[in-house]
Amino acid sequence: MTTTRETVLKIEDLKVDFTTNSGAVNAVRGVNIHVDAGETVAIVGESGSGKSQTMMAAMGLLASNGKTAGKVVYGGENILGLPISRLNTIRGKKITMIFQEPMTSLDPLYTIGRQLAEPMVEHGGLSWAAAKERALELLKLVNIPEPERKLKSYPYELSGGQRQRVMIAMALSNNPDVLIADEPTTALDVTTQAQILELLADLQKRLGMSVVFITHDLGIVRRIADRVYVMRQGEVVEEGETAKIFAAPSHPYTKMLLDAEPEGHKPAVADSRPAVIEGQKVRVEFALGGGLLTKPFILTAVNDVSLVLREGQTLGIVGESGSGKSTLGRALLGLLPAEGRVMFKGQQISGKSRSELRGLRKHMQLVFQDPFGSLSPRMTVGQIITEGLLVHEPSLDWAERDRRACQALEEVSLDPAMRNRYPHEFSGGQRQRIAIARAMVLKPELMVLDEPTSALDRTIQKQIVTLLRDLQAAHGLTYLFISHDLAVVRAMADTVMVMQHGKVVEAGPTEAIFEAPREDYTRKLIAAAMLETLAA
Amino acid sequence: MSRYVLERLLGAIPTLFLIVTISFFLIRIAPGGPFDLERPLEAKVMENLNRIYHLDEPLWQQYLIYLKSVAQLDFGPSFYFRDFSINELFAASLPISIQLGLTALALALVVGGVLGVVAALRQNHGTDYAVMAAATLGVTVPNFVVAPVLTLILGVWLGWLPVGGWNGGAIVNTILPVVTLALPQIAVVARLTRGSMIEALRSNHVRTARAYGLSSWTVIVVHALRGAILPVVSYLGPAAAALLTGSVVVETIFGIPGIGRYFVQGALNRDYTLVMGTVVVVACFVILFNLIVDLLYAVLDPRVRFD
Repeated sequence: MTTTRETVLKIEDLKVDFTTNSGAVNAVRGVNIHVDAGETVAIVGESGSGKSQTMMAAMGLLASNGKTAGKVVYGGENILGLPISRLNTIRGKKITMIFQEPMTSLDPLYTIGRQLAEPMVEHGGLSWAAAKERALELLKLVNIPEPERKLKSYPYELSGGQRQRVMIAMALSNNPDVLIADEPTTALDVTTQAQILELLADLQKRLGMSVVFITHDLGIVRRIADRVYVMRQGEVVEEGETAKIFAAPSHPYTKMLLDAEPEGHKPAVADSRPAVIEGQKVRVEFALGGGLLTKPFILTAVNDVSLVLREGQTLGIVGESGSGKSTLGRALLGLLPAEGRVMFKGQQISGKSRSELRGLRKHMQLVFQDPFGSLSPRMTVGQIITEGLLVHEPSLDWAERDRRACQALEEVSLDPAMRNRYPHEFSGGQRQRIAIARAMVLKPELMVLDEPTSALDRTIQKQIVTLLRDLQAAHGLTYLFISHDLAVVRAMADTVMVMQHGKVVEAGPTEAIFEAPREDYTRKLIAAAMLETLAA
Repeated sequence: MSRYVLERLLGAIPTLFLIVTISFFLIRIAPGGPFDLERPLEAKVMENLNRIYHLDEPLWQQYLIYLKSVAQLDFGPSFYFRDFSINELFAASLPISIQLGLTALALALVVGGVLGVVAALRQNHGTDYAVMAAATLGVTVPNFVVAPVLTLILGVWLGWLPVGGWNGGAIVNTILPVVTLALPQIAVVARLTRGSMIEALRSNHVRTARAYGLSSWTVIVVHALRGAILPVVSYLGPAAAALLTGSVVVETIFGIPGIGRYFVQGALNRDYTLVMGTVVVVACFVILFNLIVDLLYAVLDPRVRFD
């Protein structure tokens, strides 16, 4: 980057404050960012670092309780605080944006064609007919299959990846100078994520706009950004060229972020160990739709999957959304009606009634993905943790239950004094620890962990992985670890099973799968996760 | 779509049958009969009357006779208004009630909708608080208070409007009853619109519309309001059925010959056929408006499909 390029967008000393019931929140505290023509700038940070709010403020999209100070200069003019009608001659035309939520960012009530055409009619002065024609070209540009049909489709008829492509097409429609991409791939599967990133990079090369990429994922930054801003608590703590930052980070926070990739791996357990859970030809089918007269569509979510999980083992089940991995986990625990045979420690549990299974539930616990939705907001942490004891060990008195709750909290490295607080007072990582404590208090033998780290920041993920591994070593636990995140699975599991469309694609020891995958699909997943080009 | 409408209309037949059956026997359980006056009639006269109106036959036979005539859309003779059939009474009064109700409905939708949108756009500002306070008042003050107060101010003190009467549906005569009917509906529509509009304005796709520099009109009306109006539509279905079938209070206070009065008169006088007739008419309106709401939903929201 020796050539000096013209700066297209310059953010100077930007501050964003939100007035809330509990006082003012300084979300962004004096940020300076500049974007040069044709370059890709990444803004990196964990949730709450103010990276999204910085760009939202620049675009005049803050919530009504947000206040800004500072300058956002575009085309020699401070666009911060411009009247909306003036601002609307820039946003959507010269500066465009794509968002994190492809599922909800398009209006569900209008066709793709109409939504794509709207900004062109508004800014480009095109007629609706001409705009629709151009919309078709744009859909071809972003490689959407059957673009003619998609033009007349509604958003609900498209997948997440396709919707994000539509958003990109919309962003490109008026040949913008700057494209702001706010976590555009976070909600997508790894393989889709890789395709969208490639598309963005390719389009940028061809069309020459600048891209501001907001993300928490350093893998993406390394792959696409020319320069990086690292944000933390509303401030830029470090900035510079990508290569330099990755090679020699100067700020301790950047070092911590770079170091946040989960590490280590788990040695395999001997085949001689007794099986904890064993599934033979497990099959789950869902009937979709159908009424009195119409036949329902049968979806086979899990298609004859067999597996053995031995004491102390961690089986990582990997797959993209809709692959049936969570359904399999639930079917093994008898939480869903399933065909096939499931044995828990030599005892058949498939086909048993709920009340017959109740006694065994103590030994099989489940931790969910969403640390916000899976804890009752109306119970204290202590009540949440000890609720299972009321069922499984009803003879315990209150004092003993309280003692066990303290013990469980200590085990997950939380202060036992916190047991009288409510879940909303905790961060995502702490809540996931509480969910783990709730499972651990029953001293289970098998834990099904359903994407326990997916909703967490990388640095927190690493801590949870370490915690889970420590607990396993201390108590000889057996884990069924469900995840779409290959980096986490590699660090957690000793055996891996790759699933696609309800079937097992490939299974084997973790190292073998990652070092020498046999199947194309596995290779594709690994390549996408490691963000290597798919060209090979 | 036409197949769906046909299916729904056919599905209404068993519903109506049940309603007719239940209300037929319910009204017969009530003590007294249509010819029980304060001064009892002569036994001979009573006997004649009972024979003419089939009241001397067993109840199940009366039921079958009634079912047969209803199936031919004949609601029978009135027991109280002896020179008229129920069909004649309704033919004269129902159009009046429908005209009043439709006008009130349109007024409620337009005024309530606009107030709701304005309140949502000014959320937690003076305008918002004023609209919501007025809406609370509109819901809580009953129409038998609103009607006399309006009559007193506009009719008696200012003398701008007639205090009652129908006068062949002259516009000046309809203003007061329409406003009285519409006020509580305006309040409810404004509240509903405000609530769903606030949600819609915060939604991601409205953020997209803003980010793409679309005009405020497009953002608010095209992208936010179309989705936000859905809950209002589902409220207005049953509300319309209630409005169009008349209001006892409004029709009595303003002396309007609508169908609403017949509910009370029919029940008090044990006018069996009149009660049954009003029940069937109301049921038909409810069924019809629920169907209209469902069709409107599909027009507004492409995700709704009839299969």
